[in-house]
Amino acid sequence: MRPPLPLSLEAAAVRAAGALSRLAGRGGGTTLPGKLLWKLDPGAIDALARRLPQGSVAVSATNGKTTTTAMVAEILRPHVRVAHNASGANLVSGVASALLRAGGAELGLFEVDEGALAEVTRRLRPKALLLANLFRDQLDRYGELELVAARWRDAVAALPDARLVVNGDDPQVGSLARPGGRVFGLDDPRVARPALQHAADSKFCIRCGTPYEYAAAYVGHLGDYHCPSCGHARPALDVVAREVELRALDGASFTLAAAEGETRIELALPGLYNVYNATGAAALALALGFGLDDVRAGLGRFSAAFGRFERIAVGDKRLLMLLIKNPAGANEAIRTLVEGRAPRVAVVALNDAIADGRDVSWIWDVDFEPLLQGLERLVATGARAAELALRFAYGGLDRGRIEVVPPLERALDRGLELTPPGEELTLLPTYTAMLALRRTIAARGLVANYWERAA
Amino acid sequence: MKIRIGHLYPDYLNIYADRGNIAVLTARARARGHDLDVRGIGMRDAVPAGGIDLFYVGGGQDREQELVAHDLVAKAEPLREAVEGGAAFLAVCGGYQLLGSYYKDVAGHELPGIGLLPLHTVAGRRRMIGDVLLDCDWAGRTLAGFENHAGRTILDDGADPLGRVVAGFGNDGASGYEGCRHRRVYGTYLHGPLLPRNPWFADLLLEQALTHAGREERFEPLPDDLERAAHAVSAERARSRGGRR
Repeated sequence: MRPPLPLSLEAAAVRAAGALSRLAGRGGGTTLPGKLLWKLDPGAIDALARRLPQGSVAVSATNGKTTTTAMVAEILRPHVRVAHNASGANLVSGVASALLRAGGAELGLFEVDEGALAEVTRRLRPKALLLANLFRDQLDRYGELELVAARWRDAVAALPDARLVVNGDDPQVGSLARPGGRVFGLDDPRVARPALQHAADSKFCIRCGTPYEYAAAYVGHLGDYHCPSCGHARPALDVVAREVELRALDGASFTLAAAEGETRIELALPGLYNVYNATGAAALALALGFGLDDVRAGLGRFSAAFGRFERIAVGDKRLLMLLIKNPAGANEAIRTLVEGRAPRVAVVALNDAIADGRDVSWIWDVDFEPLLQGLERLVATGARAAELALRFAYGGLDRGRIEVVPPLERALDRGLELTPPGEELTLLPTYTAMLALRRTIAARGLVANYWERAA
Repeated sequence: MKIRIGHLYPDYLNIYADRGNIAVLTARARARGHDLDVRGIGMRDAVPAGGIDLFYVGGGQDREQELVAHDLVAKAEPLREAVEGGAAFLAVCGGYQLLGSYYKDVAGHELPGIGLLPLHTVAGRRRMIGDVLLDCDWAGRTLAGFENHAGRTILDDGADPLGRVVAGFGNDGASGYEGCRHRRVYGTYLHGPLLPRNPWFADLLLEQALTHAGREERFEPLPDDLERAAHAVSAERARSRGGRR
């Protein structure tokens, strides 16, 4: 129990809160104002959200929520002024900070941490909600998948008027679909995986526990499933990606089909997981009343979200940074990498701060093995560099090819040193390692800090 | 020599990187000139009589654990015979709980166990999550890992724990002990996975499996530089932040 604050302090705090409220619309930039506001007066968040003339929209998922939300922002940008937590601060405090900075915005567009969905949506009362996927992630922080799914069911039930856009290819998420919303998914068995991956999560029927059968499994457990025992199956899709073309690291394209018609989408981002992100973003934009042309143009303009898939020139070499944070996401990043040209030198970074997950066991569930072919040198870095090195060693990489360099900046330099001129160094960092590496790269003037670029 | 591993419910109980443990066993056996024959034993599969030297069972989410509990009861007899015949057994987290006499959830509902280890488990409301460091006096070694469990495991009087908790919660957050060992059966909440950063324990399991297969052998140590480094970081993590709520 915390002792109550002395009255004078509390009064000062309330005055500070008042000052913060007056700050709404000016500057900001970190989650600190939001954190203070939330601590001092949680109801202020509700009030700020109600000031947005077109209300709010929320996006949640285990994987892809930052990218998907940024895609929606790009589709909407020419038409509406958006308040957006673009740098991925997606807890209540991050949403509050974005609201404090939202001066002049007409619509709130927020990515929301899957564990914070109930609290955030209770305050925002979003008019539309995109729920994209649930994967096993940071069990030490979120608890088991079933628990997160149950919280989502409650959060959705408490928003009876919100338009609900869900990924039908995810059994847990697809089961939340309701009339008036949209169900999106993929339909192209040519790009399906031959079998469910090791890390697949929702393998068992959510109704009766029998293993699902998949007509097509696309990313982890996402796909065209049905239960051979009770018949539970993927719901009918109303926003569909078809005729998917994956161009290794150079992008992807697909045909988007919806009640509004069909259009061909060109994406600069690679990988099937980005086709999911784009299809979800499209379904949400359509649900908000935007047209297929807006969707095609916005997705066509979109480049990359913070640290998710970035190419950065460093003299006569290049960096390619792909965030890894859980087995399903990391598997897709690796699949996309090796469909291009498997890297010869890679820097893989494993931190274990709260935002990365303190439990690092998930790296043993990632299929790193496809990376090993052609890998001449691995630089393992981050707080748990040795653990990561073990993962690769027991995965079959010769120990002579592994260097353990825990300090991130030194590892980055070592990786660059090992990369021949004209070639690309692959960086696969966890979340806080990605932030730190990006700060280093920004301090060297190679790339603007995201918060400087963000609109 | 061929060492036969029986991996119980690999499709259901695989939540904490269990294949990491199997990969370590495979590589360390091979380094000593032995082959591992790993076979999955799933739902409704029979336990091969006398044919397994080392059983392995991992952890699962509550739902998966419940799905396998009743099937495991049907396998109790052959598993007991195997253990009495000297087979080794490593059970982690959910699998550890199922080797006790029962698991009682927060609603008071009981899930049957198979009684291979002298213990039972009662679910608590708060999960015990964090890094753990154990002192295993009986082996003169330490084990470092990560725990994440709501169950409080109570050992029967006189039962041997796997280790004394140096940092972390352990079996129930109160007794100061973690895990259980009985004959060649070892149960623990430590994942992480357990074996990569605790290679001595992997070697001990392999030596005991070899004994069951009819061959006495003491392994020469391997270089294990990375293993020692990973153990050191994990142990430091436990000392600085294990066992906090």
